[in-house]
Amino acid sequence: MTAGQMLLDSAARAGLHGIMTRSLGPQIRGGEAAAFLRLSSSDVSSGGDRVDLLFAFDWLSTERFAAEIALGPESLVLSAGDAGSPPEWITESGACCETLPIKEMLSEIPGGRPNMVALGVLARLVGLEQGSLQPVIERALRRKGPEALAASAAAVGAGFDASDAFGAAHRLDANGKTAGRWNISGNEAIGLGALRGGVRFVAAYPITPATEILEWLAPNLEHLGGELVQAEDELASINMIIGGSFGGVPSLTATSGPGLALMIEALGLSLASETPIVVIDVQRGGPSTGIPTKSEQTDLNIALYGLHGDAPHIVTATNSVADCVQTTQWSVHLAETLQCPVIVLTDQLLGQMRAIVDRPPELKLAGGREIAPAGVSNYQRYAVTKSGISPMAIPGTAGGEYVADGLEHTPAGRPSSQAEDHLAQLDKRQRKLDGHDYGDLWADVEGEGDIAIITWGSCTGPAREVRARALAQGLDPRLISLRLLSPPQTERFRKAIEGVRRALIVEQSHSRQFYHYLRAFYDLPPEVQVFNRPGPLPIRPGQVFEALVNGS
Amino acid sequence: MTAIAARATEGVPHLEARDYKSDYKPIWCPGCGDYSVLTSITRALSVLGVPREEAAIISGIGCSSRIPAYTSIYGFHGVHGRALALATGLKIARPDLTVLAAGGDGDGFSIGGNHFLHACRRNVDLTYIVMDNQVYGMTKGQASPTTASEWEGSKLTPHGTGVSPFQPLAVALAAGANFIARGFSGDPNGVAKLIVEGVRHPGFSFIQVLSRCVTYRPEQVDWRKMVRKSEHEPTPNLARAAKRMMADDGFSLGVFYLGERPAYLPPTATDKTVAEVEKQFEL
Repeated sequence: MTAGQMLLDSAARAGLHGIMTRSLGPQIRGGEAAAFLRLSSSDVSSGGDRVDLLFAFDWLSTERFAAEIALGPESLVLSAGDAGSPPEWITESGACCETLPIKEMLSEIPGGRPNMVALGVLARLVGLEQGSLQPVIERALRRKGPEALAASAAAVGAGFDASDAFGAAHRLDANGKTAGRWNISGNEAIGLGALRGGVRFVAAYPITPATEILEWLAPNLEHLGGELVQAEDELASINMIIGGSFGGVPSLTATSGPGLALMIEALGLSLASETPIVVIDVQRGGPSTGIPTKSEQTDLNIALYGLHGDAPHIVTATNSVADCVQTTQWSVHLAETLQCPVIVLTDQLLGQMRAIVDRPPELKLAGGREIAPAGVSNYQRYAVTKSGISPMAIPGTAGGEYVADGLEHTPAGRPSSQAEDHLAQLDKRQRKLDGHDYGDLWADVEGEGDIAIITWGSCTGPAREVRARALAQGLDPRLISLRLLSPPQTERFRKAIEGVRRALIVEQSHSRQFYHYLRAFYDLPPEVQVFNRPGPLPIRPGQVFEALVNGS
Repeated sequence: MTAIAARATEGVPHLEARDYKSDYKPIWCPGCGDYSVLTSITRALSVLGVPREEAAIISGIGCSSRIPAYTSIYGFHGVHGRALALATGLKIARPDLTVLAAGGDGDGFSIGGNHFLHACRRNVDLTYIVMDNQVYGMTKGQASPTTASEWEGSKLTPHGTGVSPFQPLAVALAAGANFIARGFSGDPNGVAKLIVEGVRHPGFSFIQVLSRCVTYRPEQVDWRKMVRKSEHEPTPNLARAAKRMMADDGFSLGVFYLGERPAYLPPTATDKTVAEVEKQFEL
């Protein structure tokens, strides 16, 4: 994993684009781990179809990821000399297999490690200069002391020299452009989007694969005068942020499927009491404990329909690492402006993906929480207004004293079980969401053709790549990636789909949750095709491309 | 955190207890102990001299959890069992406010039991008032965590619960609460005094108030004869406090424990802008 990150870092410094995803076994510490990198001289949006270069440290561990490693005759597979012959699934792929006498290479380098040799080999194979690795080695291993540093540099150098034997077929053109480039993970990007949106209070319970959001936010919130509390459970997390937001501070929590399930009751409280909050759900394989370390898009149903009662709320989805910044900032803005809960769906793939991206620009958003002024008189917290939004009094505001309530209430906030009060408040809560202008951010719509790929979340990366390949072949499929899942944007969708005769719906769900959602809320073209796979297998652009051109 | 201008203490009119009451008529049964706890809370606020807009009372679900609506301060009537979580979030986000949490024995010790433990541990500067009537009133009379195991008054547990009653004071002590007291709804002045002391004491203050249920536990009318002022002075000594709690029959009134732990205080320094924070991602 360290070598993978160092390779990505070195490539970024040489001016390459790239992403790195990781796949882990269930062990607490140690055990098998795989780092998947995709490097390119142009933008990278997905993990691609085929592995060009595989470095296997030992066959047993490598085999555990066999389903995630697609090899072909163009692939080059390198392994340590003492690992033995490659297993059948490797040789049958037709890949070229080579061995490296790592043990012998390291016999002269006390303290040198096999992963640094691999780093050197792979760096050279993709065309990096040895000098570009030195600052990365120094930064990554500084704290291990000068001896370890020197040993690592020597091991990388040995790998570098040895790699010439394996040809130059995989070298990339690195232009050296690094200005404005960032190295950021999806989970860090969520944290940054929250800060840009103004979040200054976070309460959360650790859960894979959302924990990195919290680990990033804790120290960085502190710099901004904010606070992160590690709560005793998810029930506490969400109720704490409702308390923080009631106090006037934009508040957020982050979790994964099992935590979201626990938070559902209080999501309703946020909604009924009109106290804005943002809940990030980094989806993982479900149901139940499921597959905590691997990705799936299967919390769509619970996010959309999990609440009891008639409960209009907002659900958004991030569709790339860079977009995690934008969508989170926007989601905080929507929660604050519309005084309601927003669930942001992202997933393990995006969350734990590290990417080299251009700095995501900050959104300029007008609006925010409408506050009751000091000295307000005859204040009605839940006043029935034309927009449905009622100014919120923040504790400290004289004259604004009110009781926020999950019980149905009158405009003044007094509990009520009367039909007319219920109807007025139901209408108001629906109206404020329906009446809001969500602008162009509701979806990414690209292209004009009469075939459309309709997708969401982390499937957008492969879909974008499919579109690029199709363009190269003279096709122009439309790409529609929904960022705003609820409330549905029926009219906008109708316009986006105009002239489309066939739609290919792409999602990572066994039961086709996204397809059923589209069927429920939108008019789809006459011909509809679904490409769906459950997690944790990646959605490969090649398979989607096949489905697109073959229509089956 | 939101910067709130420091309140000018001069020129602020003194508010009487009644000024902290709203004009809503409580849904409680005539004779319910909670009326008197409401009076104690408003008296305490008057003694503390907290402006209405700078105080908040947070509750969950149950008869006693209806209390925020009957006050004129900020309030939150949340979901069942989560009052302490909500109050914790509010106090950490807004340390300038005086935050009370209030509710019943089912809300606090059963569905909210985990939050009770961790609120004691966390020691945020809150005051938690539990109106304990040893019964679920709102759902019409089921056993609560503090109900005696042999009580046969509920259709759900016709042979008694057979379950050991929860010991709120001892649990609070073991979990780390910084101020632990017991009051009785029949003594509103005494309860008001405990609330004032609890608010003034740093950290998490827990006050159990024996508050009788006239409808489902009419026998509690005898509590008036059973309660007595504790013969002990408050102690900061954990072992001594524990011994007294364990030896007590549940009817001694007063402050049992005055801890010396500092309250949980979030850091408040602001030394960077978001733009500066972002620089860490540059290559």
